[in-house]
Amino acid sequence: MIDADVHIPNPRLKDLYPLLPEHWVEHFDNTMDKGASQEYYPPKSPVSGRRAGLEELREAVFERGGAEVAISSCLYAVDSIHNPDVAAVLATATNDWQAAEWLEREPRLRGSVVVPIGLPAAAVEEVERCAGRPGFVQVLIPVRTEHSLGSRHYHALWKAIEQSGLVAAIHFGGAPVMPPTPTGWPSFFLEEYTAMAQVFATQLTSMIVEGVFDACPALRVVFLESGFTWIPSHLWRMDKEWRNLRRLVPWVRRPPSDYFREHVRVGIQPLDAPPDPAHLCEIVDQLGSDDVLLYASDYPHVHACDAGDLLLRLLPESLGRKIRSENARSFYRLSEGG
Amino acid sequence: MRYVVAEASEIESGGRKIVTVAGRSIGVFNLDGEFFALRNRCPHQGGKLCEGKLWGVIRSDGPGEFEYRPSREILCCPWHGWEFHVRTGQSWCAPERLRVRRYEVETVAGEEIAEAADAEAAPADDPEAPAPGMVKGPYTAETYPVTREGEYLVVEIPG
Ligand code: FES
Repeated sequence: MIDADVHIPNPRLKDLYPLLPEHWVEHFDNTMDKGASQEYYPPKSPVSGRRAGLEELREAVFERGGAEVAISSCLYAVDSIHNPDVAAVLATATNDWQAAEWLEREPRLRGSVVVPIGLPAAAVEEVERCAGRPGFVQVLIPVRTEHSLGSRHYHALWKAIEQSGLVAAIHFGGAPVMPPTPTGWPSFFLEEYTAMAQVFATQLTSMIVEGVFDACPALRVVFLESGFTWIPSHLWRMDKEWRNLRRLVPWVRRPPSDYFREHVRVGIQPLDAPPDPAHLCEIVDQLGSDDVLLYASDYPHVHACDAGDLLLRLLPESLGRKIRSENARSFYRLSEGG
Repeated sequence: MRYVVAEASEIESGGRKIVTVAGRSIGVFNLDGEFFALRNRCPHQGGKLCEGKLWGVIRSDGPGEFEYRPSREILCCPWHGWEFHVRTGQSWCAPERLRVRRYEVETVAGEEIAEAADAEAAPADDPEAPAPGMVKGPYTAETYPVTREGEYLVVEIPG
């Protein structure tokens, strides 16, 4: 089994001190700037998980969880930092810390390069610096960004990711200056939390329509914690509108759903489960490809239901096998046995 | 059956004429001196395809790159904008699967049409004989006067 979404905790600022240039250590020591905020959930709530160490992760993900390989990300929110130099320097230090403290110590664990996404040029440099370093398999990009991900603003970054051979992992969350819904600022957290699926949908449309996959035909993208039940109907609509309006974007030469199936993979946790589980099988079928879904636990975050348990026992054995391991193995080009 | 639908000079380059023959509405297009005929019924949902705008051919190798040929041979359905190639009837979005019915058009001299009509003509006392200048037989010019001097567009409707 391959777990496509586990998390390692955020580094504490002090963990990064040995990896930071001296003048930045002095800066953090002597000012109110303490880097990005540390926690996303109320402390001790089950969804926040514990601040698990490497031993605990090994035990939960590999021994008990049965993963051969787990793809991790560290959600340290460098994208929320408005000082561009601080964002860049903390991204670099976080990556060096991930490599030294986690990836080098546990070869079954793979990692995600953290980038200052608000500064695409600096993000390109960080991708190039980390490309080819053992352990890193992808670049982490929060789904909420200041510009739509397909816009020309990010094309150099997509090119750099494509050329680095890394996957682009687009993950729930992000803290740009933009509202988290397409119609402005919500009043309550419930609205923001629910609307994240629409942000994913908008980013998918943007990347396909604005030609990211035409400019970068080898680019691979994974959506993490996006849910997938919204995808089929969204693709139907995009295909339909493409037939009417494709003259405006002639680089999009195939129906958008083709691009999705070729370039994008989606983690299954958390699951937007319909009341009748049978409907879930229909939705999986409507995705139009057995290659798209990847098993993901979101360790150490605990959700209301286990997507693996609920979904995989409904599906045919062969498809279950693909979702549990084969899809991730070929997408991430992992060799047999990890 | 072959139908005389227009005088060749009637449709200028880049222009079109919509005619009804054998109960079908058909658009006849002049692309730079070549004539093409398409069924005036979009295979999507039946829109009057041949009333749509003509566009040039646009292709692209990547975002922001445009390669344009101003040949005006892409017909865009006025209902939902699906594109069809006037030369082939193929749709742009699913060329293998989705196409509009296309008919052969030929430019024929009036002389030839008249001769064919004469050969087919019934005896002089036949009350159904065509009036002078009209043709029957292998050619049908439903309301179309044909003279020996003119050049005519003839559309072939099978069956
Ligand atoms: S009817 Fe022609 S595009 Fe819909």
